[in-house]
Amino acid sequence: MKICVLVKEVPDAAVEKRINSSTGRMDRSGEKNLNPYDTHAIEAAMQVREGGVVPVEEIVAVTMGPESAVRALHKAVSLGADRSVHLSDPAVAGSDVAATGYALAQTLQREKPDLVLLGQQSDDGECYTIGAVVAEHLGMPSLTQVIKMDVESDALRCERQAEYGYDTVQIKLPAVISVGDAINEPRYPSLKAIMGAKKKPLEAVTAGDVGIDAAKVGGDNSAAQWVAAKAPPAKAAGEIIEDEDTGETVEKIISWLDERKLI
Amino acid sequence: MANILIYALHYEGAINKNSLGAVSEGAKLAAELGGEAHAILVGQGVDQSLAASLGNYDAKKVLVAEGPEGLAQPVVDAMGAAISGGGYSYALFGGGLLGFEIGAGLAARLGAGVAMEVTAVRAEGGELIAERPILGDSAISEIKYRSEVGIVIGRLNAFEIKESGAGDADVEQLSFELSPHATQATMVTRGEQRGADVDIEGADILVAGGRGLGKAEGFQLCEDLAGAFGNNAAVAATRAVVDAGWYPYAAQIGQTGKTVAPKLYLAAGISGAIQHKVGMQSSENIVAINKDSNAPIFEFSDLGIVGDLNKILPKLTEAVKAKKG
Ligand SMILES: Cc1cc2nc3c(=O)[nH]c(=O)nc-3n(C[C@H](O)[C@H](O)[C@H](O)COP(=O)(O)OP(=O)(O)OC[C@H]3O[C@@H](n4cnc5c(N)ncnc54)[C@H](O)[C@@H]3O)c2cc1C
Ligand SMILES: Nc1ncnc2c1ncn2[C@@H]1O[C@H](COP(=O)(O)O)[C@@H](O)[C@H]1O
Repeated sequence: MKICVLVKEVPDAAVEKRINSSTGRMDRSGEKNLNPYDTHAIEAAMQVREGGVVPVEEIVAVTMGPESAVRALHKAVSLGADRSVHLSDPAVAGSDVAATGYALAQTLQREKPDLVLLGQQSDDGECYTIGAVVAEHLGMPSLTQVIKMDVESDALRCERQAEYGYDTVQIKLPAVISVGDAINEPRYPSLKAIMGAKKKPLEAVTAGDVGIDAAKVGGDNSAAQWVAAKAPPAKAAGEIIEDEDTGETVEKIISWLDERKLI
Repeated sequence: MANILIYALHYEGAINKNSLGAVSEGAKLAAELGGEAHAILVGQGVDQSLAASLGNYDAKKVLVAEGPEGLAQPVVDAMGAAISGGGYSYALFGGGLLGFEIGAGLAARLGAGVAMEVTAVRAEGGELIAERPILGDSAISEIKYRSEVGIVIGRLNAFEIKESGAGDADVEQLSFELSPHATQATMVTRGEQRGADVDIEGADILVAGGRGLGKAEGFQLCEDLAGAFGNNAAVAATRAVVDAGWYPYAAQIGQTGKTVAPKLYLAAGISGAIQHKVGMQSSENIVAINKDSNAPIFEFSDLGIVGDLNKILPKLTEAVKAKKG
């Protein structure tokens, strides 16, 4: 079995995210990191390999992003991927969700994976939908927010929480699965793996290399067009108490609740 | 014609509340665009009267398609078939999880633009503009569609339910074919309720616990505090701790849990992720205890306490007990 894991480079959690008011796109300057949710997808791939129900020949990390996204791939490799593929092309910059999913599907197409894994959401985009777009283009069954995944030779038995409780779904391979962050506890990379990550094969591809129709990608060709941005309705800032003396803090909470007749 | 097709999720004989809101919203928008709102239900032997009842939320016509329930891809096929028949400019979904999967799959199928987490939609110059909060709700972007069909996926509780009492809608059977990949997934069990059947919707006071409680036993701190408040208080939870098996699913607030609006919502060790916020932001008073002063929950709390819940909760419980005497 060959597993492809989709990973994304996102602004570090500590960086304040902003949008560029002239383009409506995210200002991507500042410290960046591998999307934390994607480490669960890599770990899930590792557990399939280690579970041994079916032999896993290869785990390939795949990303679409600017030059700097190489570091997210190195991180993915240090966490267990065998090699990586980087789709980087000015033509795909600014793509919306649908165009990004199409471009990623084209990139995956050449790899012919038996299983595509994704994270539950990107920390910056928060769409939780790339998996469904990719699956439709690849013509594969899919499920998102999966928190338990058992391999049964040619199928997966998946559990996830949906609107009415927990669902168990059987999915035939090949399939596209986005995993929820409760699926596992990602391991830490060893120092050796971190050092060795840069030596593992990393293939850079352009839109043309993977047969992406340039008319379907990029900011200008995306069907969902950003037209304006505005500030959310102002909300009165809440009161903040820094807990130094807990006895005093609790007194303040009690009187706050009491003033509002909540006790 | 500028018609809008709205997906109506149903389960055990009832239409999902977020779908009802989407039908009401779709009907309002379709009227502004000079078109009609049509709803679609996909399921096994869908009750015709349930389908027709969507007329009370101003659906003009309801399409009913026979297909597997609880899975997205069969619905993509059904909606794709309906839309290929012509006349639709937009497809609309209420908040939830399936709607995200169907809407995204449909966008890929049709080459359509999609906006998710939409909190408001308006008609302007014969087209729809969707408002989507981004970057942890610190800004709102406005999205227009350049594709023939635009796909709008609402945020949980974004669209108000309006029962107009217009009476039954026309129901039409839709036939469609399942695409090969849509036959590759099968529901084994649906809607399993994990953990005890607790009631959080009736409570005036909710003490909600999250991953910051550290372990399942940490919930004792929340239960003690709820106990001190008395009979009108209950304990609620986030998806993170429910998925971890620390607390029952019935107590979960948020996108795939309950929507609540108690007099007091007190969060302990909860970061305030958007998918949690959408289920509790209408609470009258919001108090949060979190050790991280940058936690998003402080952005929408009325009273925020930056500190360790393990120190604060036990003392708070004692103080509430003392106050109540
Ligand atoms: C499609 C989808 C649907 C979802 N549906 C839901 C839903 O219905 N409901 C829901 O809740 N979530 C839902 N989520 C998940 C959501 O995105 C968050 O992951 C989840 O709400 C986080 O839960 P948490 O706040 O308990 O954990 P975390 O985000 O891990 O936060 C824990 C917090 O505890 C604080 N903390 C740690 N230790 C202490 C201490 N000793 N004292 C004080 N504070 C401490 C930390 O600073 C942190 O802020 C959904 C996600 C997706 C993608
Ligand atoms: N540019 C990208 N390159 C590779 N994978 C991506 C990209 N954007 C999103 N993903 C994957 O899709 C998942 C869901 O992201 P999103 O739909 O943006 O919330 C992420 O966790 C990643 O696994």
